[in-house]
Amino acid sequence: MLRYTLNRVLQLIPTILGIYTLVFLLMRVLPGDPAQFLAGAHDDAQTIAALRASLHIDQPVWTQYVGFLSDMLHGNLGNSFITRRPVLDMIGLALPNTAVLAITAMLIAVGIGVPLGIIAATRRNSLWDTISRLIALIGVSIPVFWLGLQLQILFGLQLKLFPVSGLGFDNHLVLPAICASMGMLALIMRMTRSSLLDILNQDYIRTAYSKGLTARRVNVRHALSNAVLPIVTVWGTSVAGLLSGTLLVEVIFSWPGVGRQLVDAITQRDYPMVQGLVLLFALIYTLMNMLIDIAYPLLDPRIRYNG
Amino acid sequence: MADVSLPTQNVAAIEVQRETSGWRRALRRILGSPTTVIGLLLVGFAIALAILAPMISPYDPIFGNLTDHLQAPSAVHAFGTDEIGRDILSRVIYGSQISLQIALSVQMITLAVGLVLGLVSGYYGGWVDVIIMRIADIVMSFPLLIIAIALVGVLGSTEINIIVALALVSWPYVTRLTRSQVLSLKEQEYVTAARSLGASNAVIMFRHILPNLLTPVVVYVTLSIGGVILSEAALSFLGLGSGDQSQPSWGKMLNEAKAYIRSAWWMPFFPGMAIMLTVLGFNLLGDGLRDALDVRSQ
Repeated sequence: MLRYTLNRVLQLIPTILGIYTLVFLLMRVLPGDPAQFLAGAHDDAQTIAALRASLHIDQPVWTQYVGFLSDMLHGNLGNSFITRRPVLDMIGLALPNTAVLAITAMLIAVGIGVPLGIIAATRRNSLWDTISRLIALIGVSIPVFWLGLQLQILFGLQLKLFPVSGLGFDNHLVLPAICASMGMLALIMRMTRSSLLDILNQDYIRTAYSKGLTARRVNVRHALSNAVLPIVTVWGTSVAGLLSGTLLVEVIFSWPGVGRQLVDAITQRDYPMVQGLVLLFALIYTLMNMLIDIAYPLLDPRIRYNG
Repeated sequence: MADVSLPTQNVAAIEVQRETSGWRRALRRILGSPTTVIGLLLVGFAIALAILAPMISPYDPIFGNLTDHLQAPSAVHAFGTDEIGRDILSRVIYGSQISLQIALSVQMITLAVGLVLGLVSGYYGGWVDVIIMRIADIVMSFPLLIIAIALVGVLGSTEINIIVALALVSWPYVTRLTRSQVLSLKEQEYVTAARSLGASNAVIMFRHILPNLLTPVVVYVTLSIGGVILSEAALSFLGLGSGDQSQPSWGKMLNEAKAYIRSAWWMPFFPGMAIMLTVLGFNLLGDGLRDALDVRSQ
């Protein structure tokens, strides 16, 4: 187990190097001289030279690649072109806001998705089953940004139940979190239902019933505990969707998180910010996948990894 | 009595089964499932809108009448009008063109690139395989929409760049699926037979292996069209869509509608519904195809 975990952590190194290389290449396909472009008309030659030095673009590509990598490993992602503050500090300000939004959305998705899935599976073909399947279908088909606008119109403007936009860890959080949770909720519900249905047909479930156990006990102890693994898997894979979802939600609800920061940075052509944020998103996503891989054998003792 | 007639009944049953095997059975399953038929109808409807747009649009989608701006849905303008008096129904009808055009182009490129790289990677193995799959892994370690946003932001918002960006982030999934199929198919006896008959690698890959892995790949591509439509709409919504003003797009309409949610609910409502129903259609159709063609989820 320890060896496997260690191995999995070491595998991160080539992946992160690859991510870095891709981002590096992405920033180099910019047409023209980035320094000239970034400096704008009003900057003098000295500023441009300084910009060029800070971007390492006055050096050969290979030196640029190593220089920027070493900067990055020292926690130096450069300065924002707009605010002139370190990229890392800027991200540090926005990241907690995104984390709160994403975690709340995740709690809603799991808190509603799993119970709905259980109800749908144990009362197959009932009204509940139909309703939850409908939610699952719409959840993966609805554009997050449109859902956000509709929630704003209905609950914010018409019913005046919640604030339409803005940051706040109170009722400001309700609409954005519901909106961001939708896709994940649909996937988790669907997976809970289908994996429970598979398991309820297994021999050991019949055995459990024939021992005289109550339906509730069979469902929880025998069925649900075995359905945890696929649910965790789909939860992990939908984190990417959640990251993209929170980005759109942050834009709609004026939530000052890293997603909105990325969109702003792109429209303002603030390339160091774009670079830093794309690296951050890829890192979060890669780390999530690693944690899920490591969690597998802990959740299901039948899975053994050798080396 | 019943016992006597049993054999003939069995024979008849076998005949029926043989007659309806393969594609016919798949077709019957598709048409026998109400949700798949709904999916098929929704997709067909969207395609029909795109093709017939110039004939069925009640108004010009680009030029509006300023005196009619921000009108609520009525008999004159079924879906209302926007801030510069353009008819929303006409814009929604025309919007299907760009959505489908981009989605289908992306899936064509993804399919072509994914199939070729997956075939080469799975068939030859070795260092070719290692390199292709490492690159695929790295691309897959970016959340799809995030990297698409960054790419379009850096390359510039044109229709071509949107297609390139979305294809660049989607090919690894098809490559992976194709490769896993090749790995099992290349050990089959008919491949060995073809090789012993002196068939070249290209002939084995494209004539013998490719047709046998097309089904799961096509199902995957159908299932992921919805995602591409949503991504394209998201890009346009963020203001990164094609800047071509002569081409209405659902995402762009939603972007413009953002500023009017207090006064004109119909502005965001109808384009969003159009996106949702089209995506729903492709999802239902993809699900139905998967069940009908008996493709196990990978």
